[in-house]
Amino acid sequence: MYSYDLVVVGGGASGIAASIKAKELGIKKVALIDEKNYLGGVLPQCIHSGFGLVYFKEDLTGPEFTEKLAQKVMETDLDIYTSTFVSKIAYRDYFEKLVYAVSKHGIKKFKTKTIIYSTGCRERNIYEIGILGNRPSGVFTAGEAQTLMDIYGVMPGREIVIVGSGDIGLIMARRFALQGANVKAVVEIMPYPGGLTRNIVQCLNDFNIPLLLNHSVLRVIGKNRVEEVEVCKLDENRKCIEGSKFRIKCDTLVISAGLVPRVELLEDLGVTIDPITKSAVVNDRLETSLPGVFVAGNSLVVNDLVDYAVEQGEMAAQGASEFIFNKGINAVLWKKVKLNGNIRFFIPQLISGEKAVTMYGRVLTPEENVKLKVSEINKEIPFVRVRPSEMIRLKLSKDELSSARGESLTFSIFKRGAQLGE
Amino acid sequence: MNKEKIAIIGAGIIGASIARVLSRYENIEIHLIEMETDVGWGVSKANTAILHAGYDDDPFLYPNRAKYCVRGNYLWRKWSKQLQIRTSWNGSLVLSFSKEDEEELYNLLERGERNGVKGLRIIEKREIQKLEENVSPNVTLALWAPTAGQISPFEAVAALVENAVENGVILHLETKVLDIVEDGTRITKLVTNNGEIEVDWVINAAGLYADYIAKLVGEEDFKITPRKGEYFLFNDRAKPKVSRILFPAPKPKSKGVVVTTTVDGNLMIGPNATDLPEDEKENRETTQEGLEEVWREASKLVKNLPSKSEVIKTFAGLRPEPTGGDFVIRPHNSLLGFINVAGIRSPGITSAPAIAYEVPKMLLHLGARLILKKNWNPIRRRIVKFSRSSNRRKRELIAMNPLYGNIVCQCEMVTEAEVVEAIRRGAKTVEGVKLRTRAGMGKCQGAFCRIKIAMILSRELKIKPWQVKVKGTGSEIGVGDLFSLLRK
Repeated sequence: MYSYDLVVVGGGASGIAASIKAKELGIKKVALIDEKNYLGGVLPQCIHSGFGLVYFKEDLTGPEFTEKLAQKVMETDLDIYTSTFVSKIAYRDYFEKLVYAVSKHGIKKFKTKTIIYSTGCRERNIYEIGILGNRPSGVFTAGEAQTLMDIYGVMPGREIVIVGSGDIGLIMARRFALQGANVKAVVEIMPYPGGLTRNIVQCLNDFNIPLLLNHSVLRVIGKNRVEEVEVCKLDENRKCIEGSKFRIKCDTLVISAGLVPRVELLEDLGVTIDPITKSAVVNDRLETSLPGVFVAGNSLVVNDLVDYAVEQGEMAAQGASEFIFNKGINAVLWKKVKLNGNIRFFIPQLISGEKAVTMYGRVLTPEENVKLKVSEINKEIPFVRVRPSEMIRLKLSKDELSSARGESLTFSIFKRGAQLGE
Repeated sequence: MNKEKIAIIGAGIIGASIARVLSRYENIEIHLIEMETDVGWGVSKANTAILHAGYDDDPFLYPNRAKYCVRGNYLWRKWSKQLQIRTSWNGSLVLSFSKEDEEELYNLLERGERNGVKGLRIIEKREIQKLEENVSPNVTLALWAPTAGQISPFEAVAALVENAVENGVILHLETKVLDIVEDGTRITKLVTNNGEIEVDWVINAAGLYADYIAKLVGEEDFKITPRKGEYFLFNDRAKPKVSRILFPAPKPKSKGVVVTTTVDGNLMIGPNATDLPEDEKENRETTQEGLEEVWREASKLVKNLPSKSEVIKTFAGLRPEPTGGDFVIRPHNSLLGFINVAGIRSPGITSAPAIAYEVPKMLLHLGARLILKKNWNPIRRRIVKFSRSSNRRKRELIAMNPLYGNIVCQCEMVTEAEVVEAIRRGAKTVEGVKLRTRAGMGKCQGAFCRIKIAMILSRELKIKPWQVKVKGTGSEIGVGDLFSLLRK
């Protein structure tokens, strides 16, 4: 039995950042556990740049970002367990949780006061997005293709069709093009791209890769290896337009159709799950409904930028240190976040009002010239445009929050010039 | 004394069962011949995996089906223990929703009793609800068949083949029979893509291709038409599940869409029944209409299905539908040495052991000499499942072999030791590992483990990572090494 103040489950960006922050905040015994034999999560395979603009104030590649984090980790005295798979978490009482882990050395049992759960997310697969037809080889999730190429040096295919124009899909389109593959199309069911504008320009336009908006891959054709995919054009209700079906010859289909937080062990533990974010409901310390169990990074919310994941790791570490040193997070009357109109979610879902908080949210559909309003504190923020693909991050200060009355905090989006409620 | 040589064409559930039964005899040399990269990849892999009680098949119209199903159901109890194949004997309910359905239930009851099925009863709503909480509130009566069960069909084929090979059977994979040579009175050899094999006897257990094999020796009196069935499989956390196998009242063509929980604990619904042209023996495409039909029909049987977002896989399987509808189990009418065991459609898995025991009987009748071995080994041990072991056992396993401490598939908690063992037992592909260990069968459908498995296969089989096959021939995971391709 190992005894800790904090056990961080998952050694990606947010988990590493949480561990470093925890040590800075004076938490004595910290363990960081990861199932891989290296730290960094998916960063080491993300060989493109765009990482660290906020956290390190530098534009870094994934491996460079990992390296910088790793250097910081090495300066601390936290205990790192790699190649160690957390198989179960048990909640004993307010100050005691148990973490069971499997490794080549046996089954370890960690006793800990707090847990930060930062296990990242998983990719939606071909079945979840309803692509029909055969099930041959040559269908990969984007992350799988990336792992094959940039961890193991295997070229997955030559003629590529990509499903989904989120950032990962776009980056993989460019990755394949750079490697000499023929990227035949990026197929997107929505009328607008899923990724950042800079990625549309740098990953598709610069390589003359066609982006098929309002299109859907219906089925896969091929016995042992993908031979073709059938695609159709969609009408405004996202139904197939008759007579619009066509086929694209390819040997590889890459699925980049969204990510889902991985919180199975938290589910088993019985924490309250938000059906929209598909992760735990958290308060402004990123604490779940179970005291002392925190969640951060992509297992809390699928982030646009690694810097946000890092930030959440640090927020959770702050929460954990408060929990440890104050013997728990003080009970307060939590204000519930309520949503109005074109908003998909905002996290944290519970706000104390005692401290500043960074909120992360997404809209449901693209809109231009809008204002985001937080009614109870009379805060309005104008946006030239909002898009589901671009996370809204905003900070609410302690002063602002102190003016809030009532039990909720209501977020709404409305057209600039219009009055709310019209 | 020269050993007589027997070739079994097709290593599905039927060929594998026959191989096991014949491996009890010492004076024969048995060749089990399979065209695919692995055993059990045809009809046996994708089906409803039910061990039927035996009330469905009309003994006058389909005497073979009626006879072998009930006997097979009984035999599987012993076979599954000897071979450590997972089964669950949870019983089936045929549900009625109308007067016509009810009449059909009484027909089934009578037929089942005639076939010798034990324990059949027509039961009323209150008892149905006690047996199955999730049953539709519209149900009126049900036929309760306590002897029905579930099996893991691929595991069954793998287990049978392992046991047969242990007892001396020679397995030929990726071997396609191109011709059968005879000397005018009897068979002399098989011509395959991997050379010739001298044989005295040929057992045609070629599943969907049994008509093609029969045609090689001039038999054209039956055809095998593929009948496609599509399925949804839910993740193992999806609720509500069912505790029994739920059937609608049967239709002439099939037993209808079933709602069941697999031996692995996943809710599964399907199949529909689409007859395909004779030449579409590889058409395993899922279709919009097909899947919609399955969902609609399954919804009628239960209170609730889990949400569609809980589906982890949709797939299609093919059943080999023979001319006339009954199993074709008989020797060639003029050529000595050729025996058909063909058209083994539903209830084929259930019937397999009973059908297999028929083969030595036919051989003896045709003049073969068969002498039982004294040291035949009926036992096969399954691959140790780390995830299902006790904590104490887990510690012992890791101490014995540290590869048990490396979790490869996170969803199903499959260890590297299990993957390596699956490869040792004959898995040559990612699919072969998956079917033997369940690695990749969970929520993420292999996105996290497929590559790790490919790398272990590359190491164990001593091939380059990109050459690792996902499925059959031509299904390599890559097209080459990244950096050599740069030079092109």
